[in-house]
Amino acid sequence: MPKATVAALALALALLALAPQTRAADTQQFQHSIYQTALLEPVASVLKVKVGDPLPDFSLPATDGTRISRSDFLGRKKLVLSFIPAAWTPVCSGQWPGYNILEDLFAAQDAALVGVSVDPTPSQHAWITQMGGLWFPVVSDFWPHGVFASALGILRPEGITERALLIADKQGIIRYIDVHNINTRPDLGKLMQALKSIP
Amino acid sequence: MKYTKHFSVLTLFLLSALSIALITPAFAGHMSESSKSAPLAIGQIFPDEPIRGQVSPETKAYLGLDASGQGFVLSDLTAQVVIVEIFSMYCPYCQEEAPVTQELFSLIHTQGLDGKVKIIGIGAGNTQFEVDVFHDKYGIPFPLFPDEGYAVHKACGEVGTPFFYVLAKDPKSGAYVVRHVQEGQMEGAKSFLDTVLKKTGLN
Repeated sequence: MPKATVAALALALALLALAPQTRAADTQQFQHSIYQTALLEPVASVLKVKVGDPLPDFSLPATDGTRISRSDFLGRKKLVLSFIPAAWTPVCSGQWPGYNILEDLFAAQDAALVGVSVDPTPSQHAWITQMGGLWFPVVSDFWPHGVFASALGILRPEGITERALLIADKQGIIRYIDVHNINTRPDLGKLMQALKSIP
Repeated sequence: MKYTKHFSVLTLFLLSALSIALITPAFAGHMSESSKSAPLAIGQIFPDEPIRGQVSPETKAYLGLDASGQGFVLSDLTAQVVIVEIFSMYCPYCQEEAPVTQELFSLIHTQGLDGKVKIIGIGAGNTQFEVDVFHDKYGIPFPLFPDEGYAVHKACGEVGTPFFYVLAKDPKSGAYVVRHVQEGQMEGAKSFLDTVLKKTGLN
């Protein structure tokens, strides 16, 4: 066997042996990349909408390159908006991986889920990819900064959003608002109960 | 010509091998970290913090619990060995580990150890609804209990998830004593069970 062939074979085997360790290191790197935040004021903004109001119109870029608008869901699906304060932070990095196993529960309620944050799209993409991907779209309210969150009254003074869940019915009317303590994860049971109660 | 053919085949092999290696998930041993983690030491008694949540008749039968009441403490159980998994519905590593825990449960059954080794899961920070979602999504065959206020989680060292405590019953005090811990995902159900049996003297 030619020396070059032997060398190529050895290289292939060496790379095979190294590849899983590289991925393991990447995953550990993701864990270590999470930015540990101090406790924040639980809620630091004033809502501008209430249950019964129309959901303000929005059109925001998603990580898959499309744009997502309120009109995409009108007459078709109930819309659940999950606002998280910031990518790469502890509670947020736990909340959406949980929602990632709930596709069938949302489908059973004829509801679409959209994740929203004020992070720029590339940062959202990197974060979601490191999570292993999500079944629901994630849109960026980065520019003009937080314009959608501001219209709802959930943009905090420090430029991030509240940890909030909103449900709009198929007519685009807001039926549920949970502006949650930013430091804790919302109760999934309450969200699902609310979804069930909305026709 | 022959050399070029050899090289092309090897290049193809190399690229295929790398592609397979790079797309295959590899989270073995991984866990969602807890910055305050301080696991109970080997030989320490597992705290009798009340374990709350719905206890179905099937669960009572499996764990050998008294028919009355909803909550219990671990020392109420009678099995020689109890494996306690600290998990969360929101933890992607726990989601990945679910099939391995199913396999572990099956192995315990096929080795005729049902009466001696029990498994329970404690959902750190999870509500009853959330542990039920996890149970239904992955068909978990052993009981899962909510720990919404993190009381059990705090009492057993605020560990990351998944985390497995292997406990053996002290026949004199009735308490469960830590004999082995597994931080993060198991390497495999079979090797983990072998370790459980070895560390608890059941083999």
